[in-house]
Amino acid sequence: MNSFQFLEYVAWAISILLGLWMVIDLIRTNRAYSEELLLSSREGEIDDSLVIDPTHQGGHR
Amino acid sequence: MTQTTALHGEKVSLLRVLGPGHVWALGVGIVLVGEYMGWNFAVGKGGAIAALIACWVAGLLYTCVAMIDSEVTSTVAAAGGQYAQAKHIVGPLAAFNVGLFLVFAYTMLEAANAITLGYLVQTVGTMAGFEGVHDKPFIVLTIMFLAWLNYRGVYATLTFNLVITAIAFVAIVILFAAVKPWGNEVLKLDGLLNGLPYGWLGVIASIHFGLWYYLGIEGTCQAAEEVRSPPRSLPLGTMTGMITLLIAATMTWYVCSGLMPWEYLGQAITPLFDAARLTGSTLLMVLLFVGTMFSTLASANGCINDASRAWFSMGRDHYLPVWFGAVHPQNRTPYRSIVFLVPVALVFAYFAPLDQVITFSILSGLLGYTYMSFNVIMFRSKWPLGVIKRGYEHPFHPLPAIVLLLLCALTYFAVFLGYGTQLVAMMVFYIVASLWFAFHRYKYVRRGDQFTMAWPRPQGY
Repeated sequence: MNSFQFLEYVAWAISILLGLWMVIDLIRTNRAYSEELLLSSREGEIDDSLVIDPTHQGGHR
Repeated sequence: MTQTTALHGEKVSLLRVLGPGHVWALGVGIVLVGEYMGWNFAVGKGGAIAALIACWVAGLLYTCVAMIDSEVTSTVAAAGGQYAQAKHIVGPLAAFNVGLFLVFAYTMLEAANAITLGYLVQTVGTMAGFEGVHDKPFIVLTIMFLAWLNYRGVYATLTFNLVITAIAFVAIVILFAAVKPWGNEVLKLDGLLNGLPYGWLGVIASIHFGLWYYLGIEGTCQAAEEVRSPPRSLPLGTMTGMITLLIAATMTWYVCSGLMPWEYLGQAITPLFDAARLTGSTLLMVLLFVGTMFSTLASANGCINDASRAWFSMGRDHYLPVWFGAVHPQNRTPYRSIVFLVPVALVFAYFAPLDQVITFSILSGLLGYTYMSFNVIMFRSKWPLGVIKRGYEHPFHPLPAIVLLLLCALTYFAVFLGYGTQLVAMMVFYIVASLWFAFHRYKYVRRGDQFTMAWPRPQGY
């Protein structure tokens, strides 16, 4: 196996890890929050006072 | 992780963190790859002069697009961009089609960029002397990495785009300065330009690829729901983006046409990198190779951002299953739409030929531009100036809309000359999709909830 083939295997491995990371996080997020909250976004809403920001205001996890 | 429920009145939305620089990075980032590769096929269709005419005609088309888009988007500040505009101004069927145009134009462009990046890495491997090198691992890695970045958050995604797009643009400016455009020492335009080898029909045919100079600049308005000040940031980011592209396109044409004969330039895969190689400077070669890689990455990155916002908006309005309208409570991104579109892009990038993918993207974009000309005329007619607040008012209305419509008609003819079958096949696809929406999906749409802008009743209604 030459070094370029090694790079190809690394690329496959990183791709699989990133894909798994996204899918696992998607499933965990779907389970951790109610569907009502996840679908609560409304188009054009600019009133940020009602919008939660878990990073800065504390999420309900 | 514990199970939680939303408290009364609590909501989660996309995050308003972007400024005009991010809007610029989104628009120019998607497009700049067209300067690094693709535009030069216009040279093959009609010669270098025809490519310059195509550059300016397409520039006029996209200036109309940018002006029209800036006015309407500064008013309809919603994710989904032209989809949300069509929903408010034209009607549901138009909105559904425009949403599909956006998703396919950007997802196909993302796939094309991933194929190109894989090809570039494969070329480097072959040039380095390795045998049996493959492009597929790098195609997949490009899509997965950028989807992951988009999943994690819009601020990091578009800040990344800002940095790599700026580097790619500066690389073009440095190459332009390095070839001393004020003299004939390096550039040989006098000897290389040969008029119009295929006459004016060649000029018309070249307009198809002339779109590559600017294709995707309208994507800026997909960020409408994530910018801090839509009325200011969207017009500013879009118009400065268009100016950047006009400068970059003209510089690119000037450098490449002055260094390469049209027979070679017309079929080169990486014309700007080839131009750098012809200067004999290793530094310029490295710089333009980095520019090529960065512009390709930036384009794919912006495309994932835009396609996911359009898909998310359609889901939120029940035009598609509402499941896609979810926002990640921590990352504040349309995470289900981002993940759903990954396999779609992978399938096209893995199995479809590059020219078919690109043509599908161009035609979807072109259908979107055609709609824009009708959209803005209806917008001004239903809500004349002064009736609602606009962040930007485009001048000379309805001239830009008429010019846009005429140029779109000309471009359809140009595309038909080379890709008539694909044009017809794509029309059939959108007609079938429209029938599905009209007779099946529309019954799930909550009609009253679609209109979210606090506008007065339109004139004549």
